[in-house]
Amino acid sequence: MGPKELKKGVVVVGGGPAGLAAAVSAKASGCDDVVIIERGRMLGGILNQCIHDGFGLHRFKEALSGPEYAQRFIDQVQDLGIETLLNTMVLSINDSREILASSREGLFRIRAGAVVLAMGCRERTAGAIFLPGTRPAGVYTAGVAQNLINLQNIMVGEEAVIMGSGDIGLIMARRLALEGASVKGVYEILPYPSGLPRNIQQCLKDFGIPLHLSTTVVELHGRARLKGVTVARVDEARRVIQGTESFIPCDTLLLSVGLIPENELSREAGVAIEPLTGGALVDDTLMTSVEGVFSCGNVLHVHDLVDHVSEEADMAGHFAARFAVGEMKPRDSYIPIAPGRGVRYVLPQKISGEMDVVISLRVAEPMEQKAIVGRDQNGRGIFRKKQVKLHPAVMMRIKVKKEKLQGVSSMEVGVEG
Amino acid sequence: MGNSGAKETTSGSSTPQYDVVIIGAGVVGNAIARELSRYALRIAVVEKELDVGMGTSARNSGVLHSGIHYKPGSLRAKLNVEGNSLMEGLCRELKVKIQYIGKLTVAAEDEEMPTLHALKEQGEANGVPGLEILDPEDMEKLQPGVRGLKALFSPTTGIICPYTFTIALAESALLNGVDYFLGEEVREVKRNGQKFTVRTRKGLGLVSKVLVNAAGVLSDKVCRMLGINDYTIYPCRGEYLVLDKRLGHHLSTLVYPAPHKGKAGLGIHLTKTVDGNILVGPSNEYVDGPEDWATTSYIMGKLREEGEKLLPSLTTSDIIRSFSGIRAKQAPPEEGGFRDFVIESRTDVPGFVNLVGIESPGLTSSPAIARMVRDMVSALVPLREKPEFKPELDRMTGYFHELSAEEQADLVAKDRDYGEIVCRCEQITRKEVLEAIENPLGVKSVTALKFRARVMMGRCQGGFCLPKIVRILQEDFGYRPEDFFLYREGSHLFTGRVRS
Ligand SMILES: Cc1cc2nc3c(=O)[nH]c(=O)nc-3n(C[C@H](O)[C@H](O)[C@H](O)COP(=O)(O)OP(=O)(O)OC[C@H]3O[C@@H](n4cnc5c(N)ncnc54)[C@H](O)[C@@H]3O)c2cc1C
Repeated sequence: MGPKELKKGVVVVGGGPAGLAAAVSAKASGCDDVVIIERGRMLGGILNQCIHDGFGLHRFKEALSGPEYAQRFIDQVQDLGIETLLNTMVLSINDSREILASSREGLFRIRAGAVVLAMGCRERTAGAIFLPGTRPAGVYTAGVAQNLINLQNIMVGEEAVIMGSGDIGLIMARRLALEGASVKGVYEILPYPSGLPRNIQQCLKDFGIPLHLSTTVVELHGRARLKGVTVARVDEARRVIQGTESFIPCDTLLLSVGLIPENELSREAGVAIEPLTGGALVDDTLMTSVEGVFSCGNVLHVHDLVDHVSEEADMAGHFAARFAVGEMKPRDSYIPIAPGRGVRYVLPQKISGEMDVVISLRVAEPMEQKAIVGRDQNGRGIFRKKQVKLHPAVMMRIKVKKEKLQGVSSMEVGVEG
Repeated sequence: MGNSGAKETTSGSSTPQYDVVIIGAGVVGNAIARELSRYALRIAVVEKELDVGMGTSARNSGVLHSGIHYKPGSLRAKLNVEGNSLMEGLCRELKVKIQYIGKLTVAAEDEEMPTLHALKEQGEANGVPGLEILDPEDMEKLQPGVRGLKALFSPTTGIICPYTFTIALAESALLNGVDYFLGEEVREVKRNGQKFTVRTRKGLGLVSKVLVNAAGVLSDKVCRMLGINDYTIYPCRGEYLVLDKRLGHHLSTLVYPAPHKGKAGLGIHLTKTVDGNILVGPSNEYVDGPEDWATTSYIMGKLREEGEKLLPSLTTSDIIRSFSGIRAKQAPPEEGGFRDFVIESRTDVPGFVNLVGIESPGLTSSPAIARMVRDMVSALVPLREKPEFKPELDRMTGYFHELSAEEQADLVAKDRDYGEIVCRCEQITRKEVLEAIENPLGVKSVTALKFRARVMMGRCQGGFCLPKIVRILQEDFGYRPEDFFLYREGSHLFTGRVRS
């Protein structure tokens, strides 16, 4: 029999905030048959378990909860009559934009005019960070604990230590404290927190939860359930300082040690991955190295604000639609953009120079009173943006007008005094 | 967690009588149980963990050795070669994946050539078929990029998933009438008259004519329960790193360095698994605890260095997990190396069949060990073949994700539960999860599901599927949060409800 064969204009893989905004934008940009494929049983992705507020401050000038923010887009998806396939898992994508997906209704193969990758990211695990010791129960990534607590009414533990100060970890520290657990502290290996400053204030300081910087968990203890962890201070090279170890009794360890864009499907499709972001290498239309395949949201690079995800997805959806209807001009040359001093990454990694662009970037470490400067191949300034505070936890987005790009053949973006 | 085909402790009722009681449900205990289930015998397996195969049998390289490494005339040599040749047929019956991918033992320099030739001679003396010394050109054909002067190729070296195999043996034994008592730690064994009485920590009592000690790293302790003080196990840990499937295609055969004198293990190397991952390891460290399955930052660092040397495209995010296993060594640290398996029918304690020091190649040898034990048992109780013995398990070999799109579409059309993917990384379907939950031995831990359905085994280590599995167990099977164990008793995953 074989899989059912279908043809679609724009196929959006993932129904989280990126996929939703991309689909809405694709439809608004003139593609009639847009379809969202979502493996979960509802749209909204990770926002469904983010019941705290703070979403939408930029986009809607309101503090919404995760589900409320998602709902604004879900309503548009419904109003525009965009097709959605729920409980449907994409099994593979190839470089000719053929998608194989599976659901209870059957297997089907879709030939897509354009594809938007919006699969989001996954959490780094204990194995991935070489956490030594035994393998007791009670060790969770923060996002898994969030899912269990907020969506399934399951309490994961009573005495918790949080390893890593990523935003989900901070939010879960507060969540556990609110539910009566004793949160012993947040231990961050870096000399500065990885999460947003506002989360440090609202999730830790307001709840009296201590944040220990340059400190990390070095061993797990317990044969069955976690009995405790050993923590220790580290030096500048992140090596454990002997003699600083101490034992913290706890039955729960939440890991918030990084997010990894989930690009296994992208890789299979032949999409080139940029090691600095873990996401696709894209141009200023957010098209990847594979023709007609676009990427946006956390699968492209990890964001700290959903508002920026939506903004990025608007663009990916727009250009995917243009590509699908055959209105995208092929480019013959690109201007490469590279991160310079003090900058961890920039995105897109190449631009046409023919339109205004938004450059996303993160700095390498916290700094104050500096400027982000873009320079061309001759060292001439293209843009300069002064910042009072720069922090790796805060992604920056800088708009550059196309007029500024004349005569530019390559660009480097760095931090200057 | 409930739903158990295995027997529950029935305190108070009369003590069940058996012909054979086997202590330990590792690959050895289960292979013996399954072999004996061909005969009209009352058989029980008693295991302290909540599932079979939770000890060393789930914690090894999964290599079916050819038998070149062991001294001719030793039990290890004989049982390895015999076990290896029995594996193919057994795996066909049990629907277990097996791949004879062969192995290159590589000599890097001239001085190692005599070792290679000696291994070949030794292998031939042991009856290992098809051994050949290959030139670099032929080595390259088998494993692109391999470097070295020459290599000994052993075509009968294979790979298997050790816990899948162990579980399949147990299920087959159970379906052929063997009773399983899981979560029952044997604490006391007495011999009165012609019979043994076995008592567990929870108070279960079993009486048996024959008692088989297949307790792995704890086999010396079981001996001591019967007053046999001849053996001491020196636990020797091997740590591994598990690499992402992305890298699996780099290995088409196994490549080991030629062995060096004085080294007890086979040296750190890369091993491909039947599921496409690569293992880096195992290390080789004597430790105090027979079940101290910790991993250490020192060894993990070493493994990573070695891994990067052997596989230059390895990146940090390719390392998805670490684990360790414990070798049941009889050789103390100062002696090092290997001693032979002890497999004996004790004359001082008639009816006691004792297996001690079943370290590598215990997995490979298990089918042959089972036959040897059968012969010992036949001298103790009469064996009569059961006409109803059913050697096959009714199931599919491998996983949904290994099928072609056409085959997958057909399966989904037949059963919609195949269409719903629960585990993203390994693309495991709801149907496979349901089958694991409803397996004949029962499920008492999420690790039992992991070892059966391969959920939580991928790069996200359950980040995606654990919540989904919890939902299935709660909504479709009525589990409560308190019922979830990670693997052993006391390993509660959750502490209750957030709100009642
Ligand atoms: C690092 C490593 C790598 C290896 N690699 C290979 C390989 O590649 N190929 C190969 O052929 N072999 C290999 N081996 C060897 C192989 O894994 C073992 O020989 C085999 O698994 C031993 O099986 P077992 O059943 O004897 O032990 P186990 O699997 O340990 O089973 C013993 C069982 O007895 C139970 N038990 C103990 N005491 C009691 C009690 N009092 N009451 C009830 N239950 C009890 C335990 O819980 C356990 O489940 C390796 C071993 C190690 C450690």
